[in-house]
Amino acid sequence: MNTSWDVVIIGGGHNGLVCAAYLARAGRKVLVLERREVLGGAAVSEEIFPGFTFSVASYVISLFRPRIIRELELAKYGYQVIPMDCAFQPLHNHHGLARWSDAVRTYSEISRYSRLDAENYHDFKRTLTRFGRIAAQIINRPAPTGFRPRDLHTLTGLLQSVRGLEQHELQQLVRLLTLSAADFLDEWFESEIVKAPLCASGIIGTFQGVRSPGTAYVLLHHYMGEIDGAFRSWGFARGGTGSVSLACAKAAQAHGAVIRTNAEVTSVRVRNNRATGIVLADGEEISARRIVSNLDPRRTLTGLVDPAHLPEDAADALARFKYRGSSGKVNLALNGLPDFTCRPGVGDHLRGDIAIAPSVDYLERAFDEAKYGAFSSYPFINAVIPSLTDPSVAPPGKHVMSCFVQYAPYELADGPEAWSSQREAFGRAVLDTLEEFAPGLRDHVEHMQILTPLDLERDFGLTEGNIFHGELSLNQLLFQRPAWGLAGYRTPIRNLWMCGSGTHPGGGVMGASGELAAKALLRERI
Amino acid sequence: MLPTAFYSRQLDLCESMDWTRWSGYYAPQSYQLHHENEYHSIRTAAGLIDISPLFKITITGPDSLTLLNRIVVRDLSKLKENRVAYVVWCDPDGFVLGDGVVMRQDADTYFFMCHDPTFGWLQKHATHLNVSIRDETELLAGLSLQGPHSAKILSHAGVKNLSGLKYFGAIHTNINGTPTWISRSGFTGDLGYELWFPSNQALNVWDTLMESGSEYALRAAGLKALDVCRIEAGLLQHGVDFQNASHALVRSQKSTPYDLGLGWMVHLDRDPFVGQAGLRNLQNSRYTMVGLDIDWIQTRDLYESKGLPPALPVEAWSMSVPLYRDHARQHQVGYATSGTWSPILKRYIALATIETSYASDSVRIELAVEHARQCVDARIVEPRFYDPPHKRAPVG
Repeated sequence: MNTSWDVVIIGGGHNGLVCAAYLARAGRKVLVLERREVLGGAAVSEEIFPGFTFSVASYVISLFRPRIIRELELAKYGYQVIPMDCAFQPLHNHHGLARWSDAVRTYSEISRYSRLDAENYHDFKRTLTRFGRIAAQIINRPAPTGFRPRDLHTLTGLLQSVRGLEQHELQQLVRLLTLSAADFLDEWFESEIVKAPLCASGIIGTFQGVRSPGTAYVLLHHYMGEIDGAFRSWGFARGGTGSVSLACAKAAQAHGAVIRTNAEVTSVRVRNNRATGIVLADGEEISARRIVSNLDPRRTLTGLVDPAHLPEDAADALARFKYRGSSGKVNLALNGLPDFTCRPGVGDHLRGDIAIAPSVDYLERAFDEAKYGAFSSYPFINAVIPSLTDPSVAPPGKHVMSCFVQYAPYELADGPEAWSSQREAFGRAVLDTLEEFAPGLRDHVEHMQILTPLDLERDFGLTEGNIFHGELSLNQLLFQRPAWGLAGYRTPIRNLWMCGSGTHPGGGVMGASGELAAKALLRERI
Repeated sequence: MLPTAFYSRQLDLCESMDWTRWSGYYAPQSYQLHHENEYHSIRTAAGLIDISPLFKITITGPDSLTLLNRIVVRDLSKLKENRVAYVVWCDPDGFVLGDGVVMRQDADTYFFMCHDPTFGWLQKHATHLNVSIRDETELLAGLSLQGPHSAKILSHAGVKNLSGLKYFGAIHTNINGTPTWISRSGFTGDLGYELWFPSNQALNVWDTLMESGSEYALRAAGLKALDVCRIEAGLLQHGVDFQNASHALVRSQKSTPYDLGLGWMVHLDRDPFVGQAGLRNLQNSRYTMVGLDIDWIQTRDLYESKGLPPALPVEAWSMSVPLYRDHARQHQVGYATSGTWSPILKRYIALATIETSYASDSVRIELAVEHARQCVDARIVEPRFYDPPHKRAPVG
């Protein structure tokens, strides 16, 4: 076997592949090892049922860094994201609320519920867009690893990014960073209907409720996306999210990287606190000058290596890093489209993002059950029907509907293993909830794939089913991602690096962790 | 202003009420408030574009090839039956009058589509030739079905033998009973087809395609979406990237085929054709047509310096923008004629005419941000920015 690899990357998720592409582009000999037979990790497209291709796990794209797209020429390799024009929130009566990319159209929709909110909405978006630009600058750069002198440069960079904000904006920024999503939105809007779907953005992937402090800042994630030269919200990848990963893989291969699938790494060889290579499940050993793990921090530092190699404070910090997945996924193969009572028929409102979030209380109630170890009987559901835009993912006339479902706590009252017996009931709860708004949907379901947090852990290696490789809460960002002393992509074991979402800036199919890790590695002059 | 044969259908779909005029006909700029969904339909699924306003001329008779070869700069004697070719034609001095597509329908019949009225020009050069020239602009309607799923939609609509239809090939078939000529061509750089059929049966074809396309996310698309696509494909727009020489008042408004990067099309060593002598002297062109890849980081920084997020024009632009050799803007070396943000390439691209001696360099393009004009770098590239394999690949 070739023993002269510069870098071996464990895991062919999108971050691992981005990292591989950057390293290969810089002339390094790179090998990517993926456990599954498909690439992409959680950013994967799979034909689960004949003719139906699902973005099995991650299903929408917003934050993938435009710089990566350009530098790696991903468009050439099939990267294409189609922006969504609408965010639709069905309600039991009235018309539901659809927010469009056209401001005037959105104004008239919101003014049905509150003229005041309709007017404030524009100001709200403008303010968050301004903050989103700051956040975007932060995710584009490596984070400081602490408050040591060598961090001065990156710390100054952080402070620089808030320069230019007015006093009242700084006040709002502080409130955004400290309040709950519900409280923050109370300061802007009066209508529960308007607040609810906005609130919901604050809880995605976290084990917190819309009234838990610290959730407001997650709203920013919806205002720092960049699609097509403008700050924008969300879109679908053509061919499913997996095509983003495949584009990265092709870019890596074009620069000479080698990618092997069905190659599960079981351990990293460590000698004298120095990583020297990896061992595959079949016993094959591969040496490399650097090992980069796309796995989450726990899997990397306590699964692939003996945790005894870690300094005690790092091990403690790592143990405090919270995963606690809170969401599941239900993928539906449909032979007809949902017909929402509040807005019947097939229209452009189905082509965007559909949120089952009728009120703030509904969302908080959904969390109430989860707190004590049960999935929500009436969960928050974020559904998309990409086949309406991209017919390649379903047979003619048929559709795929992807439902992100929260809350589905990893830790059920009877432990995570109980998910095996509750999976069907969870799927039923999702369909029952959808049926409330779109009666008859059940009759269109040809196939259903239910992914509980336990399935996410088993299938995709997401510890405790957390979609971000660790909660994206304020206490787990920047120099605390994944933990004090572990930020900066290096690990305490020499030559072992991390490039997954568990590192700064985190999850959301951004590719930034992979890119920044690669660039940090290249600065080492390997 | 006239409605095209599809007007009644378009009127129902055109929420934006944004119509423009195209050769005297009403044409939707976009059907929705924004053209974006229509653009993405073309690139992801398929878009249906009304191209009826193009001038359509049928030339028949034993001398039809002779006539065409007398007009266009390209030698069409090699054009086989059931093939189409892109052509330009020139005035006697060798300056371009127009561009269009010629389809050879049988041994002696050619179908000719173009942007400007050309019937008179053909007629004028047909004296003593045994040909009949018919202007069928009003008798025929045209639709362009473009996008990666266009072949499936046609198959679903009952069109047979599509797999035998190669890029720039043509077939005569019928769509739900309406006799139709289909060529595998288009103005998007994607897989796509152009369809020609009698105007009085036009709605039958529209309805049939929309019906069979409903399962493939087909949308009617307007000219704004088409414009973004054609710039990505590096295709020139008559009246935008070059002017009809007969409309020009001064030399600088005229272009030779060499100026437009179409020198490959000019076959000089053959029987006389209009412009042949002029073109012989124009081969060493001072200008050439290039693509520009406008530096995005610098563009973004320009916005950032004003405290703004980057906000490019949402639509493709068509105007003359000066290009300079230097940042001080002392030495102009050319001009961009149209440009757009390319959603599929994530690049800010433009088509430009540039002095040949600078064509391997990079240039400075002028952008206006917040009322101030500044320059950013633009890399000179092949104008064919987007060229997916499925454009030419066999369809199955």
